[in-house]
Amino acid sequence: MRAVDAIMHCLKAEGVDVVFGYPGGANLPTYDALYDAGIKHILVRHEAGGGHAAEGYAKASGKVGVCFATSGPGATNIITPLTDAMMDSVPVVFFTGQVRTDLLGTDGFQEADTFGMTMPSVKHSFMIQHPSEIPRAVHEAFHIARTGRPGPVLVDMPTDLTRVEIDYEPVTDVRLPGYQPTTDGNQKQIRLAAKALANARRPVLYAGGGVVNSGASQPLRDLAASERFPVTCTLMGLGAFPAPHEQWLGMLGMHGTRAANYAMDEADLIVACGARFDDRITGKLSEFAPRAKFIHIDIDPAEISKNVPAHIPIVGDAHNILARLVEEYAKLDTDPARLTDWWERIERWRAQHPLRYDDSADSEIKPQRLIEALYEATGGDAIVCSDVGQHQMWAAQYFHFTEPRKWINSGGLGTMGFGLPAALGAQMACPDQLVVCMSGDGSIQMNIQELATIRENDLPVKIVLMNNGFLGMVRQWQELFWERRYSAVDTGQWPDFLKLAEAYGIAGHRLTEKVTLVADLRAILTAEGPAFVDVRVTKEENTYPMIAPGGAARDMVG
Amino acid sequence: MSRMGDPGTNELLSLEDLQATTGFRTGRKHILSILVENKPGVLTRVAGLFARRGFNIDTLVVGPTDDPALSRITLTLDGAMHPIDQVTKQLHKLVNVIKIRDLEPEDTIARELAIFKISVDGTQRAEVMQFVDIFDGRIIDVTKRSIVVELAADADRVKAFEKLVRPFGLIEMAQTGEIALARGRGET
Repeated sequence: MRAVDAIMHCLKAEGVDVVFGYPGGANLPTYDALYDAGIKHILVRHEAGGGHAAEGYAKASGKVGVCFATSGPGATNIITPLTDAMMDSVPVVFFTGQVRTDLLGTDGFQEADTFGMTMPSVKHSFMIQHPSEIPRAVHEAFHIARTGRPGPVLVDMPTDLTRVEIDYEPVTDVRLPGYQPTTDGNQKQIRLAAKALANARRPVLYAGGGVVNSGASQPLRDLAASERFPVTCTLMGLGAFPAPHEQWLGMLGMHGTRAANYAMDEADLIVACGARFDDRITGKLSEFAPRAKFIHIDIDPAEISKNVPAHIPIVGDAHNILARLVEEYAKLDTDPARLTDWWERIERWRAQHPLRYDDSADSEIKPQRLIEALYEATGGDAIVCSDVGQHQMWAAQYFHFTEPRKWINSGGLGTMGFGLPAALGAQMACPDQLVVCMSGDGSIQMNIQELATIRENDLPVKIVLMNNGFLGMVRQWQELFWERRYSAVDTGQWPDFLKLAEAYGIAGHRLTEKVTLVADLRAILTAEGPAFVDVRVTKEENTYPMIAPGGAARDMVG
Repeated sequence: MSRMGDPGTNELLSLEDLQATTGFRTGRKHILSILVENKPGVLTRVAGLFARRGFNIDTLVVGPTDDPALSRITLTLDGAMHPIDQVTKQLHKLVNVIKIRDLEPEDTIARELAIFKISVDGTQRAEVMQFVDIFDGRIIDVTKRSIVVELAADADRVKAFEKLVRPFGLIEMAQTGEIALARGRGET
């Protein structure tokens, strides 16, 4: 069979049920093979949308997402989702067409050095040099994408090589001598960690996206329950621990709660799990958690002691390690009363500094109120795919996630335009769940074309637009740190989102009234089919609280 | 560091501040021996990681090993701006990298190869040839007014020879980076 037909066999063997992509000259053979391969294909309207959709699918399902793109411009368009997937450890395999081998390096039509350009942004990549390599490369790509610290893998395929007849033998093994991720945590280290926890008087569990990726939400909850340990999650970890919970401190970091950030500041022991001490978490590194010792659990050894030196490093899979840490801890004779003072202190912060905002005196909808209303209208039962900006932070603060894989957003790269395609990917992964795309009037326009994909495939994605007519987060920084010199942040009146939604065949709604907000949203969210809700909110509202850039947790403002 | 950390505030940065936090070369010389799969793109991936962290590679040699599927990259850094273990950890993550050793210079046998084209007339020729002898070099080409010398030695010795012959008129030279193995019975 042709190499491209072998690819379809491999995809099926990997359990792929949907591919997001866009055809072009250099991947015509792939699309020909796809024609009757029995694999569902979603034709996106821009390759960036395809990449983010594959990410959304992967994040919602825990499976590997797949994206097809052609050579040249198709390939350069996937660089953003590829980098996004690298930063947030999302398993996605990208297949790009490439010009035929005799044109390579000659500036052939639609030629770009995809392999070279993507190299710093991939977990691994394959440049196919012989057609018979293709089946093995496909399986190894999936293996690398999904195991260890997940990430994007690219397979670049010169078009002539994909058309060659090969002897296809199913591949059942991988040969990757240089790739052997450690998954089992070291028993001695786990025992040490349990002892450190047993002695800690001011411990905090700090969980990141790695807990979600490894499906370690349950052992995290078990560990927290071992001794009423306080828990905070990063932006990427939200949902790993139930937000409405007595031990939940809220999110930490730049726009985290005071309780979470102050607890980190005063902690004597921090258990970091699947988290990487990003600069949006630590603020000023030299003043970050100055009294704490660190247990750092991560599957990626390169994260250990990268930003913050770990006293007890444990390399391995979070599920494996947390479950064993719970067992080890249970064997110890511990004194629950040692945490009493700590909880008193935390309770005081919680009481003094809850998340708050001043509601409007009139009918104006405050952006925070919109998120609260969305939470009420859905009862929290939704997959929320967010774009990037103020709305993202407010959603993280005011929508309380109780389960992992319900909060899908672009954290590390902060990619505006992520939300809408990610929502369509998540809806493909979870057809029976309510998927809400929470976006802003800036972000939504960066991949607005995917409204067509949503309509064409009858995906009931509900788009809730927090419309303040500004690039809000940049405006906030200009207000706070650049003397209110508003430079290029006013997005004006256009487009008319209702007409735009109508043009795409999607029901549009405009909400401006606070009192009926929850009821209006509920009616829209329960209606069939996709919907686009343009919600007009306060124009100049700031996201608080906030650790100023380069500041310390102690100096939170707002 | 804080003022360097974020482009988000309008604090004015002085060049002195900037230089104080970047551009320092401290620490010892590193000789890294990196065993890699012989696959396309491996060298770019390895070199790219160093560039991304701001390391300047001094010398780099790639060659085959006794196993045709594997190549050895020997790479030297003359002092590092950051602790090097962050880069070696990142190198370990490259799928095609099998093994990395940060060789201790004193426990390492390292050699580089240099060839020198030296301008000599009759009277100087004997003197240069004497140096070649002392340094265990070899003369590999001779013309009326020049000789070409081959020298395989450690980096210091090559440098010393270069210094000695330069006054005679060093027309040009070519030099490899170091290749290295750990001393003793064990594998590098």
